[in-house]
Amino acid sequence: MSAPATRASAAGAQAGASERRPAAPAEAQDASAGRPQGDSQGQPQGHSQAQRATAPGARPKPVTMTKALNTALRDALAADDSVVIFGEDVGRLGGVFRVTDGLRDEFGPERVWDSPLAEAGIIGTAVGMAMAGMRPVVEMQFDAFSYPAFEQVVSHVAKMRNRTKGRVELPLVIRIPVAGDIGGVEHHSDSSEAYWCATPGLTVVTPSNSADAYSMLREAIDAQDPVIFMEPKSRYWSKDAIELPVRTESMYCARVVREGTDVTLLAYGPTVRTALETAEAGAQDGLSVEVIDLRSLSPFDDATVTASVRKTGRAAVLHEAAQFGGYGAEVAARVTERSFFHLAAPVLRITGFDIPFPSPKLEEFHLPTPTRILDALETWEWEL
Amino acid sequence: MERMTIELPRTARALPHTDPVSFIDPAGRPVEPGLHAGYTLPDAQTLIRFYRRMVRARRFESQVTALTRQGRLATYPSAFGQEACEVGAASALAEDDWMFPTYRDSAAILTRGAEPGDILGSFRGDWHCGYDSQGLRTSPQATPLATQTLHAVGFAMAAKLRGTQQATLTFIGDGATSEGDAHEAFNFAAVWQTPTVFFIQNNQYAISVPLREQSNATMLADKAVGYGMPGVRVDGNDIAAVFAVVSAAFERARRGEGPTLVEGLTYRLEAHTNSDDPSRYRSAEEVDIWRTRDPLTRLEAYLRSAGDLDDESVAAIAADAEDLAAHVRELMNTEAQVDPTEIFAHVYAHERPQLREQRALLEAELAAAGPAALSQPTTQPQPAPEPQRAGA
Ligand SMILES: Cc1ncc(C[n+]2csc(CCOP(=O)(O)OP(=O)(O)O)c2C)c(N)n1
Ligand SMILES: [Mg+2]
Repeated sequence: MSAPATRASAAGAQAGASERRPAAPAEAQDASAGRPQGDSQGQPQGHSQAQRATAPGARPKPVTMTKALNTALRDALAADDSVVIFGEDVGRLGGVFRVTDGLRDEFGPERVWDSPLAEAGIIGTAVGMAMAGMRPVVEMQFDAFSYPAFEQVVSHVAKMRNRTKGRVELPLVIRIPVAGDIGGVEHHSDSSEAYWCATPGLTVVTPSNSADAYSMLREAIDAQDPVIFMEPKSRYWSKDAIELPVRTESMYCARVVREGTDVTLLAYGPTVRTALETAEAGAQDGLSVEVIDLRSLSPFDDATVTASVRKTGRAAVLHEAAQFGGYGAEVAARVTERSFFHLAAPVLRITGFDIPFPSPKLEEFHLPTPTRILDALETWEWEL
Repeated sequence: MERMTIELPRTARALPHTDPVSFIDPAGRPVEPGLHAGYTLPDAQTLIRFYRRMVRARRFESQVTALTRQGRLATYPSAFGQEACEVGAASALAEDDWMFPTYRDSAAILTRGAEPGDILGSFRGDWHCGYDSQGLRTSPQATPLATQTLHAVGFAMAAKLRGTQQATLTFIGDGATSEGDAHEAFNFAAVWQTPTVFFIQNNQYAISVPLREQSNATMLADKAVGYGMPGVRVDGNDIAAVFAVVSAAFERARRGEGPTLVEGLTYRLEAHTNSDDPSRYRSAEEVDIWRTRDPLTRLEAYLRSAGDLDDESVAAIAADAEDLAAHVRELMNTEAQVDPTEIFAHVYAHERPQLREQRALLEAELAAAGPAALSQPTTQPQPAPEPQRAGA
């Protein structure tokens, strides 16, 4: 990786991306809730440093994403009795990833229970409950096992509000463990965001770290619109030093997690870490990489992304899902439409290949790595 | 206006017996004949063959689970304790029939004649299905629950349309009977009168969820009635009964009398997969009760008391199963030979330039990484340190 070095530009152009974010959510149920502090101190941020807004005086300690999600669910159940949790194995077992661990014991089987094994049934009944004023938070056990519920999601969850001119809202959350990189056997590693994002009426968000996992899940549960909440499995056990409860930026915002000047990497969920690793590797070659965690896939935070891309002049979007017809196509199109005259190079999509997700021994060849990403960036003409 | 007579379809309205069909009780004694009226006890030679197959199946399951714990496989859902269902039902298939199994049914696929290494490839993580589906007349193991039941119905419908004598057998778990696809399959099979046998392995749990929270039906065999097909409940730990009931269902199917729903009562003695922790949802006492109903010990006791099996033959059968286990160890302790570029090879019949480009990109990466990347392309199978890593 040498070419980019010739483009070495002064560090420091700390564009005011954080000012452009949509406002933080108004609700402040937790002691710690409050205005998120921006990407603070103007320093490039490492992954674990990207979390803030802990309670003053709190002593942060390592918290896994599953623990953060579990705490968010517990706090939501405690805060609002219309919140109920059901799905496959979410009760006694606490979910196959233990995200609902202990909640049935604490809140009882009328708030947290195991449903029959049927995803269309789970989402369809959640629709009915939401119509009756509940706030169901349901779990699809794995990404690919949400597909039996596709009809309920696409034909009803997404459309109810519009059909009823806003009279019937569905404040439900569909939690889906997504993506690969955990050595999962077939059907346990899908990235299904393109299906959901192609469906008007759905809000689709995904955290990449423990603080966001807590904050965004609380916000999703409080939201009036149905939310597809994608949890990156490969991040479930990663720890960030935080104090719970924590509030971060609104779930509708993207966030600059590392500042840079040469290129913007647009990542979400599991690829945020990949992007940060790429930025580290790139820095050694003199390439200054800005990394944006999109967080919200639908809606898309054009303001934050546009500000970054106009600063760096180059952008690439990363995802695990296949490229063809994938989410990256939407991102590339939006960036191009808005910032064509600020771009020095075409927007790249660096993604999984256009193949069914491969078996555990082959997934490492499928998933984008820092090497593949840096190689792709090198295909740009840098001397302009 | 002329009065119309509506001809009702011929349906099987009788409720299945609540007492499961059985021949041999848990202690290995013959049961009273009323419990298997209309069914034929397999002869001694057949039962000895079943005994050998079950011993092999069990040794296979315990060996693979052990290897999975050692990190040699990515995951493994064992049917330890369910051998009578796996072996008994699969043994009733004719050569040309097709079987539509789930992730749980490796022992049935072994019974069908697959090479152990071919079955285990998918669980080690080499490829999504390691055996030759066409050659074995066995579809790839289905993980998305209940989906394979519809395939079994469609295949059987094709056989019916073409006038072949083929029938289909599909396995499905108790939990998976809640999925919509299961109900659609039952209905299609009954309406089309396809030669299909649905074998529900009621092992009492869907991961952590017990049957009583899964279904409010008195028993799963009852579900047949609403669709207009016969339902039969069988002692799923009595291989003589399983074989007799499934064979009778195949005979019906071949006579053109349509599908049968069989519920085999059994129990998953081991965890759902290696990454499951059953102590979270069931007691050791409950497991112990089911150990006393073990399908192997009962058949062994039965055959011994009939004088059809002695210490010597039991030892020979055990030794044969040990050989199988040693073979499995050898296979799984050898590094898998995977070709990274094969991920592009089988996606479409009509080749795409796009995949050629992506393949070239991967080849360039591999070349840049040096020969080491190609000769040892595999990641070590990940041990499963996280109990949460359930799946399959
Ligand atoms: C559509 C779908 N939903 C969820 C799962 C996850 N899952 C795998 S096995 C299982 C339990 C199945 O129980 P059962 O049908 O009784 O079969 P068993 O595992 O007991 O053999 C679940 C929920 C899946 N594989 N497919
Ligand atoms: Mg079961």
